[in-house]
Amino acid sequence: MNKVKYYLKSFLLWELLLGLKLTGRYFFKTKITVQYPEEKTPQSNRFRGLHALRRYPNGEERCIACKLCEAVCPALAITIDAEPRDDGSRRTTRYDIDLFKCIYCGFCEEACPVDAIVETRVFEYTFETREESIMTKEKLLAHGDVHEKQIAADRAQDAKFR
Amino acid sequence: MIELLLSIWNLVPEALQTLLIIILKIVVITVPIMLSVAYITLAERKVIGYIQVRIGPNRVGPRGLLQPIADGLKLVLKEIIIPTNANRFLFVIAPLLALAPALACWAVIPFADGWVLADIDAGLLYVLALSSMGVYGLIIAGWASNSKYAFLGAIRSAAQMVSYEIAMGFALVGVLMAAGSMNLSAIVESQSGSFIHWFWLPLFPLFLVYFIAGLAETNRAPFDVAEGESEIVAGFHVEYSGMAFALFFLAEYANMILISILTVIMFMGGWLSPFQGIPGLEDLFAFVPGIVWILGKTCFLLLLFLWFRATFPRYRYDQVMRLGWKVFIPITILWILVIGVGVMAEIGPWFD
Repeated sequence: MNKVKYYLKSFLLWELLLGLKLTGRYFFKTKITVQYPEEKTPQSNRFRGLHALRRYPNGEERCIACKLCEAVCPALAITIDAEPRDDGSRRTTRYDIDLFKCIYCGFCEEACPVDAIVETRVFEYTFETREESIMTKEKLLAHGDVHEKQIAADRAQDAKFR
Repeated sequence: MIELLLSIWNLVPEALQTLLIIILKIVVITVPIMLSVAYITLAERKVIGYIQVRIGPNRVGPRGLLQPIADGLKLVLKEIIIPTNANRFLFVIAPLLALAPALACWAVIPFADGWVLADIDAGLLYVLALSSMGVYGLIIAGWASNSKYAFLGAIRSAAQMVSYEIAMGFALVGVLMAAGSMNLSAIVESQSGSFIHWFWLPLFPLFLVYFIAGLAETNRAPFDVAEGESEIVAGFHVEYSGMAFALFFLAEYANMILISILTVIMFMGGWLSPFQGIPGLEDLFAFVPGIVWILGKTCFLLLLFLWFRATFPRYRYDQVMRLGWKVFIPITILWILVIGVGVMAEIGPWFD
């Protein structure tokens, strides 16, 4: 009896019709495509995009050249040189992130004792020359200045989980 | 103005007049086919996109309607690379050999009552002969490329075509017996009466076999082992680029439309209205010309082609062969016997 049923089913293409029914149903489902440049998916406040260096509200840069980020970086993407500044405080003379090496793991941000290096929500950027792939100290600080409001809001929102 | 044109027309010798009219008819048939081929590629991407919960191409032109033009332009502008060790002559001629039979078949297709380029009595034979010619293009392409994958693809498609040609031929024999004619217009006429009179009902197994064998014949999913992207890269056309590549695709899609319209003509009553013989509805839809019905039915079958591609995984090669030889051929032979009995006993409403 089962054998007869099996043959009947296979000759009536039963399973194939079930498959067609399934795909036919999906045909009319609401489409989930995000029309990227016009629409964007929501981002987490913990999003890890392009890096930035922050400043204190009085304009003093936060980074104290402790080199913890350099040490923790698994991709060895960060290079730091440091010297005492004229006023005697310890500051970086060079803070380079090689974006080709960086894997956007966010360890530098976690390691930083003064919340200086952060990863922002910016993810749409391109390079046209190899030199542009290095984020220098100037570029990082400038990027931080532009996005400071968003960066501060994101950190404040996440503060209770740290 | 019209008189002037007419007088010029009358100056043309009669033989040339006939030739010009035939060429005009060919253009009138070929240009819409090419356009529909272009738009089927868009429809395919859209339908598969929709089934995969995407929306498909929508960037070029309004709702992506200019996408096929952009694709075509891209392919035309690309270089045709001929591999160093390829047989140049065969390599170049193979795409043409694939495309020409696909277009030549259209000569005998009746689009509506009397709308046919060549109303020949052996229409069915002509179609059968030319649709099997297409495989030469693929085999020659595979061989001339001097590439392992192309050659494997060519052999696969040759074996597949040969197996399915038989089942297809038997299905046509069934139609021939039921209609009592090989003229495609006569086949459609013999189905007139009503929706029930169409041959899909008495020839249902042959209808399925013909359509599935048609899928296999056009190398469409789930029978696209000749292309088999995941196994043999792209099969017979790996080495082709630019317009030569586009010609293979034109041939494939033209064949798809051809198989659909042939199925409509032989099993779904061609240009006959589905409301024929139903009182009330018949008069209501009497104004719809036959060509609308035939094109509508063809579009439905084309949608099935795309739907199948989005649904079924590719057959394993030995399963393709098993299906062709051990399932389809016995079914068709058996059903031919049944039809024979039906025709002898004059079972109505089809065989009387």
